Amino acid sequence: MWGSNARAAHPIFFHHVLRGIHNGARMYCVDPRRSESAQWADVWLGIDVGTDIALANAAGRVIIDAGLVNAEFIDRATVGFDAYAAAVEPYTLERAEEITGVPGAVIEELAIAYATAPTAQLCWTLGITEHHNATDNVLALINLALLTGHVGRYGSGLVPVRGQNNVQGGGDMGALPNKLPGFQDVEDDDARGKFEAEWGFTIPGKAGKHLTAMFDAMEAGELRALYVIGENPAQSEADAGRARRLLGDLDFLVVQDLFLTKTAETADVVLPAAADWCEAEGTVTSSERRVQRVRKALEPPGEARTDLSVIAALAAEMGHNWGPVTAQEAWDELRRLSPMHAGMSYARLEELGGIQWPCYDETHPGEKFLHSRLWLDPPEGRPAPFSAVQHAPPVDALDDEYPLRLTTGRYLDSFNTGVQSGGYESPLRIGGTIDLGPADATALGVAEGETVRVVSRRGAVEVPVRIDPGLRPGLVFMSLHFPDEADVNRLTIEAWDPQSGTAEFKATAVRIEKVG
Amino acid sequence: MISLTIDGVAVEVAEGASLLDACRAVAREQPTLCHAENLTPANACRVCVVELEGSRALVPACSREAEDGMVVATDSERVRHSRRMVLEFLASSTDLSLAGVDAWLEDYAADPGRYGPPAEASARDGRRPGHHPVPDGMRAETVAQDVKVDNDLYVRDYSRCILCYKCVDACGVDAQNTFAITVAGRGFDATISTEFAVALTASACVYCGNCIGVCPTGALMFRSEHELRAAGLWDEDAQSVTRTVCSYCGVGCNLELHVQENRIVKVTSPMDDDITSGHLCIKGRFGYDYVQELGDLATTPIDEVLAGVRGEGGTAAR
Repeated sequence: MWGSNARAAHPIFFHHVLRGIHNGARMYCVDPRRSESAQWADVWLGIDVGTDIALANAAGRVIIDAGLVNAEFIDRATVGFDAYAAAVEPYTLERAEEITGVPGAVIEELAIAYATAPTAQLCWTLGITEHHNATDNVLALINLALLTGHVGRYGSGLVPVRGQNNVQGGGDMGALPNKLPGFQDVEDDDARGKFEAEWGFTIPGKAGKHLTAMFDAMEAGELRALYVIGENPAQSEADAGRARRLLGDLDFLVVQDLFLTKTAETADVVLPAAADWCEAEGTVTSSERRVQRVRKALEPPGEARTDLSVIAALAAEMGHNWGPVTAQEAWDELRRLSPMHAGMSYARLEELGGIQWPCYDETHPGEKFLHSRLWLDPPEGRPAPFSAVQHAPPVDALDDEYPLRLTTGRYLDSFNTGVQSGGYESPLRIGGTIDLGPADATALGVAEGETVRVVSRRGAVEVPVRIDPGLRPGLVFMSLHFPDEADVNRLTIEAWDPQSGTAEFKATAVRIEKVG
Repeated sequence: MISLTIDGVAVEVAEGASLLDACRAVAREQPTLCHAENLTPANACRVCVVELEGSRALVPACSREAEDGMVVATDSERVRHSRRMVLEFLASSTDLSLAGVDAWLEDYAADPGRYGPPAEASARDGRRPGHHPVPDGMRAETVAQDVKVDNDLYVRDYSRCILCYKCVDACGVDAQNTFAITVAGRGFDATISTEFAVALTASACVYCGNCIGVCPTGALMFRSEHELRAAGLWDEDAQSVTRTVCSYCGVGCNLELHVQENRIVKVTSPMDDDITSGHLCIKGRFGYDYVQELGDLATTPIDEVLAGVRGEGGTAAR
């Protein structure tokens, strides 16, 4: 588990992890915090925030030096090993210990345990991806799997655990700036032509902008109107002060949501939406690529309509009358256009209780895991590339003025900006706090429950202190769930990864001041 | 495959199957309270005992592994006698009105009333063996006690508890691994307890609700269901159950939404969902209020809430 507190953020996934642990599996947890997940680990590697590449590269170097690489797999299924080996050469255990704060011997133990395990999985979440070098972080982990052959076979693999019930499906459906449904490239004339023929419409053949680039375009005055569906950027964006200013400066803002969110409050038009998971028919796709049906159990309130119905009505206003579109009709159109979904009829989804893509035809059972092609003899498709990646520290550097490293995450009972989870009475709810380790609390002379001011280079918030013995000295934590009372994104930095567009929510430099 | 006979009928089952599996394979369903598909058998309730040729004692069908050549009787006089006694002991000492056992009581001619009128309710937490008055034998000893309502999500009515261990196992290694509850005390004083019998809110409980999900007698109940029942508004015949997917993280847990009057009144997960095995977390189990505008059940009177749903005025809009 690397940069993932699944015990709190993905509790039922963690039930499966626990079953493995009870069956004798070993778990190594790489996390700056001794989280609820880390408490179940055989070994917890309390890494300094944003130094994952140094740790991964050092582990790779250990595996190479110890002769534990899967040479046959590297030879048959990968490219770029020599450049990778050269890139990790400088990452000695001593150097890695200095950068990461993790003892070299522990890094060595992790590396050898991973390389010698018959099967091994690397699971990660936002601790890896909410960084300015998110993509490089992921590549550093992929390198370890390629080095050892722990990919593409049953029981081994690379597992990014998804944080939302359909974030996988959203990408699969083409809610990405450069992809059409089924990951078909919008700049590929053949792929685009197929969609144009089905839709009878010309599609712009140029990739659009991801969320972070859209905010930059708003800053530059190039983007003047925004249609936001089911997102609350006024509270969820890093450097929220800037995000709110830019949203406020738009000529026209439409928000389609279940709630009058902070973003919706500033909108010109609000379209009330039904809750798709219980007030509409459709599908969602889980972290393991499993497409499953959601079904209507409730009538939506008032004038709220399903997202599909709102979009169809808008299209009609724009001169494209699709008539009444059912979720199943939309899905069947997708199956005609996206080969990896072609075999997933509603009848089969019902019968099998969900299917994992790819599923190319109605006799295909779906795939439990990906990349088995790398083990075929000879391997199919292009070889998997090693990526030489280098450690780059967090953008928001620590100094005497901002000496503490603030990181963010989820609590068990809450979710994102709290729009959904704020609605129920949770006995576990602790509200917005700044969590400190006991040593830092003592050094700062603050006690549990005392309100303090947390100051970053971008903003300040006043929140009560909570003591968490799982936090090492110098590391402080805030959840993202309570923006109304603990507006953590006033503090975070908008430095973002150029490849994924993800901002560095996980690494903010702060200081803590006593109030009054 | 393993070959055996159940009530004279030959049956083949896979290696590792239980006698209960074998009974089900020949459509001879057995009564059981403590068994669940998603838990390791605790064989605590003893309702499912069967007679195994060559065995001195009756054996619990739920946990006894089927072996080649076994000859099993599920309806012999000895089995019927034992089941009658067990059902009488349980029904005379606990409130089984929500356990769905009425047909069994009748089938086995169980007469819980013959142990005398039930003893009064009493505080039962923290009792020590031998530290309570010796009963006079004229009344049926019971576990009757006050309902525990100490949080917004769960109600614990241990007057209904038969100590079947399901909740303990669901909280433990079989699912949640939180270990907030266990059996405390001995003999008739045994109870399901948090550490030092503290309130749930002071315990290790993380409110996944998986103990409620497996409770066979209604001793553990969602607060919404408890309050609707208390108000006489719980109506299972009027409820629809819809299978969908949880709206929170990306694991894809299947939910069953139990809906009455366009209101979610309970959330469960199907046992056949290989993601959840019937178990959920606090968000999936309880985090649905954002699609209901009916106010907090703890503070809004139930009839006002449901009057709103029925369009009879009140506070609710949907």
